[in-house]
Amino acid sequence: MRLLTHNMLSSNIKGVTNGFPLKIQVEKVVEKQVEINHDFLRNIFPKIDWKAFSDASRIMGYDEMPEEPPEPSVLELNVEFLGKFHHALLELHLEEGALLCPETGRKFPVNKGIPNMLLLEDKV
Amino acid sequence: MKLKQLETLLGDLQQFTTPKVELEQYPTGPHIASRLLYTAENSFDDISNKVVADFGCGCGTLGAAAALLGAEQVIGIDIDPQSLEIASMNAEDLELDIDFVQCDISNLGWRGQIVDTVVMNPPFGTRKKGIDMDFLFVALKVASLAVYSLHKTSTRDYIKRTALRDLNASSAEVLCELRFDVPQLYKFHKKKEVDIAVDLWRFVPKRSRVKDN
Repeated sequence: MRLLTHNMLSSNIKGVTNGFPLKIQVEKVVEKQVEINHDFLRNIFPKIDWKAFSDASRIMGYDEMPEEPPEPSVLELNVEFLGKFHHALLELHLEEGALLCPETGRKFPVNKGIPNMLLLEDKV
Repeated sequence: MKLKQLETLLGDLQQFTTPKVELEQYPTGPHIASRLLYTAENSFDDISNKVVADFGCGCGTLGAAAALLGAEQVIGIDIDPQSLEIASMNAEDLELDIDFVQCDISNLGWRGQIVDTVVMNPPFGTRKKGIDMDFLFVALKVASLAVYSLHKTSTRDYIKRTALRDLNASSAEVLCELRFDVPQLYKFHKKKEVDIAVDLWRFVPKRSRVKDN
């Protein structure tokens, strides 16, 4: 699971008012290189919850993302920063670990990169 | 990538080893999958450089097709862990970078406007009534640009009415009618193969709607 996906997932437990973001518990992080796409990064930037993303990247072991979101001009002009943003958003994978509901603390395990968000009542 | 090339690559993907009838697990054949994604990309520009989600991905055929046609990020969602394992292997075999999430679509906790396009071949609702509309409901909440989906032709009028009136679609168009081959997968199937008429739909969500967090 990469951080772009993590930025979309929220706790689906009934009664939880704010289930985002899920806390990350790391057991194993894997880095997988993918080709950078500058335009894509510039387009996706305003849609990302920056605090959740930068906090998560630090938990995954990468310290290069600032706590405060950068000005959009940084993404236009600073190619080095784009590379780091790309790395944090798309190249860091939580392979083994868990995601925790921020309100209830309930654990959603992550195995082989796949988070299991099923609740007991969902089981088929 | 040419359509034929895409169809060939998808034809090599592994499919369900023991399909679960209660989940209506049928493979999305390479013929339909290639045409669905090819149309989405070439007629509407809804795939390349976009974030694409495959709802009820099963063995990942639609998601793989999206990745092959240049989707920037693909996320496959399914409730069944065995399918997700096969989907993972398929993605690896084709050297595609796809994220998978195990969850129930009806209970999808999903935030924000990150997903551009949803592609899906949802269960038709023969085992769990109304599940096709549950999928469509969630898809229209999640997608920013468009939803591509397959539904039985016999439900065409109902779907159009419901999508426009209740599910916040600003448009609902049938792009074409296809024949879906359902091979003899389950013990209760009497015929060797059966053809079901399905519609390939393109839905556009209303933009003015505020997405909930």
